[in-house]
Amino acid sequence: MFLINCPYCGERDQSEFVSGGEAHIARPKQPTELNDDQWAEYLFMRKNIKGIQFERWNHAHGCRKWFNVARDTSNDKIEKIYKMGEQPPKL
Amino acid sequence: MKNKYSIFSLIKNAFSNHENWQRAWRDPEPKKEYDAVIVGGGGHGLATAYYLAKKHNLTNIAVVEKGWIGGGNTGRNTTIIRSNYLWDASAGLYDHALKIWEGLSQELNYNVMFSQRGVMNLAHNLQDVRDLKRRTHANRLNGIDAVWLETDEVKKFCPIINTSQDIRYPVLGGTLQKRAGTARHDAVAWGYARGADEMGVDIIQNCEVKGIKRNGDAVEGLETTKGFIKTKKIGVVAAGHSSVIANMAGLKLPLESKPLQALVSEPVKPIIDTVVMSNAVHAYVSQSDKGELVIGAGTDSYVSYTQKGSFNIVEETLKAILELYPIFSRMKMLRQWGGIVDICPDASPIISKTSIKGLYFNCGWGTGGFKATPGSGDLFAHTIANDEPHKLNAAFNINRFVSGDLVDEHGAAAVAH
Repeated sequence: MFLINCPYCGERDQSEFVSGGEAHIARPKQPTELNDDQWAEYLFMRKNIKGIQFERWNHAHGCRKWFNVARDTSNDKIEKIYKMGEQPPKL
Repeated sequence: MKNKYSIFSLIKNAFSNHENWQRAWRDPEPKKEYDAVIVGGGGHGLATAYYLAKKHNLTNIAVVEKGWIGGGNTGRNTTIIRSNYLWDASAGLYDHALKIWEGLSQELNYNVMFSQRGVMNLAHNLQDVRDLKRRTHANRLNGIDAVWLETDEVKKFCPIINTSQDIRYPVLGGTLQKRAGTARHDAVAWGYARGADEMGVDIIQNCEVKGIKRNGDAVEGLETTKGFIKTKKIGVVAAGHSSVIANMAGLKLPLESKPLQALVSEPVKPIIDTVVMSNAVHAYVSQSDKGELVIGAGTDSYVSYTQKGSFNIVEETLKAILELYPIFSRMKMLRQWGGIVDICPDASPIISKTSIKGLYFNCGWGTGGFKATPGSGDLFAHTIANDEPHKLNAAFNINRFVSGDLVDEHGAAAVAH
């Protein structure tokens, strides 16, 4: 239960957004060359951090654009919002 | 030796104003070394310690708990117990637990108020009807009691449900497991704690794990707020905080921790004598022995460790409750709370060894761990004591996410556990 400052629309209630989970998990460039362990790592394993986590959000009931959020999962405080393709900020 | 709880001990203690009851468990300081340490003093952790001592003669063990026992998800769930899961592996696991529930109060000499009042799952669309019918057939092939109810039978079983076909999501039928029901969740933790303590298990509260010490590929002990504890076997049963503990050992788990909410109403006279769950509209309700309606809501979509949830989730659930039970329209809700649930991609638990010797995880129960408490403890104790899984939890190993042999209950058993 918190507000998210969409970089395109401004501050809105969290219920307008959909969480896309952990950010910066790149799809493997050569999927055929991955072994089972590497596939499991990409598909299933998650950091699930208690503290500042970098994650993707989508403004599903608004502009429908994706962006990145650095959020403290221990208190839901948003530290930084940055666009897709940008590197995670140093916090 | 613990005094036995009975009608006679109740009468005897009434004469001394109930001031001389024996302590249910000690409050010891940690020893320097244990044969095994369980991290997490919830129902699953305490049950694990109880069965390690009882069935495997491991009594030099401890349970370390960050807060107080049963203060996490054990005391926050909606107390529903059932075993009508679709897949064979899940059916084996959950029915093993249900069978232990049936004799648990006697075994522990502690009234866990297990009440087999039945659990009914409603179908609201054609796909629900097909899925639930398929599940009843699968259950019966696995020897689990299950019946399909047509809409009029649903109405007969629980008369306060609105079975009008004019509502947004009409009731098209349902399944019923009569052996399912509820239990008093606190009593489960307290009963197991008392039983484990009697066999010599140290239950150490207010003791947070800060680190796991490794020597190469094996564990050596735990750094805690009450000092270093040496041990060769660590069983982690930390629910929402499983990933946090795993990170201390340099492991990554396929889990996401999310808030799950529940709420209770003001107490009223008996009105609903069963448990009714509806996955499609996400509403489930039962009535506690105190008379409160116990209502379970859904999880939030994002990772959070705050033990709160969003109002819009509660609103969705109450909307569905009101459409299905118009009689509750003037009920006041008394309390609302959240717990952090650790969810696996396939919505099945992990009861498993890890790549680190002596480190075991029991996690990923997601939104439905309470029902499995006795079975989970029993099987996890077996896994720790023998360094090998029992055949009932072999399928729930961590390696299934590498091999692809998932136990996919997400779309199968029920969204709401």
